[in-house]
Amino acid sequence: MGNLDIKLKVDATGLSCPLPILKATQAIRTVASGELIEVVATDPGSVKDFAAWAGSTGNALVESDSADGKYRFVFRHK
Amino acid sequence: MDETISLVLFSGTDDKLQAAATLVAGAAALGKPVKIFLQYWGLNAFRADRIAADHGLAPEAGEAGKLAFDAAARTGQAHWADALRMAKELGEVDIQACSASMDLLKLKQSDLDPLVNGIEGVAAFYINAGEGQIVFI
Repeated sequence: MGNLDIKLKVDATGLSCPLPILKATQAIRTVASGELIEVVATDPGSVKDFAAWAGSTGNALVESDSADGKYRFVFRHK
Repeated sequence: MDETISLVLFSGTDDKLQAAATLVAGAAALGKPVKIFLQYWGLNAFRADRIAADHGLAPEAGEAGKLAFDAAARTGQAHWADALRMAKELGEVDIQACSASMDLLKLKQSDLDPLVNGIEGVAAFYINAGEGQIVFI
């Protein structure tokens, strides 16, 4: 953590499903292939949702953690 | 396997449209093509002059359900029409009005919100659905 080169950060806190994955889909298209985005969400469903989203879209989940009711994900654009 | 998801939106209350928009947006984010067929009251909710209006909730919502729905609308939930607009920008989402329902409601395409791509009959709907799943709401 902290040593990743994050190109774009997406604040999806306070947003309900499906907005976090919509925001992530929008965001990852704005960075080049191989670049990283970070998404922070508070929706507990986002943990399983983002695992499914990464698997389905091919945008790899590079890192994830949670603290204080916030869930953080780092994805690499396919 | 055909990845296309087809949804028939028959119901015109905001809770059912909200649930449908969630399914559409999720499919679009996963890269699955979505076909939407608007019938009856679902179609009526897409009238350009009424799309942002209050369309009420299904009878089972009751008073407590209405309070919960309104609270969610104020915090962190996109209105169903906005969620559909985002889904259309992100993915392959095609929205068609049922031609028989258009006749029933005496509507022309110019009466509908621009979210609606066109008008088709049930045969075209089935052909476009292919072997994919069909969901009726």
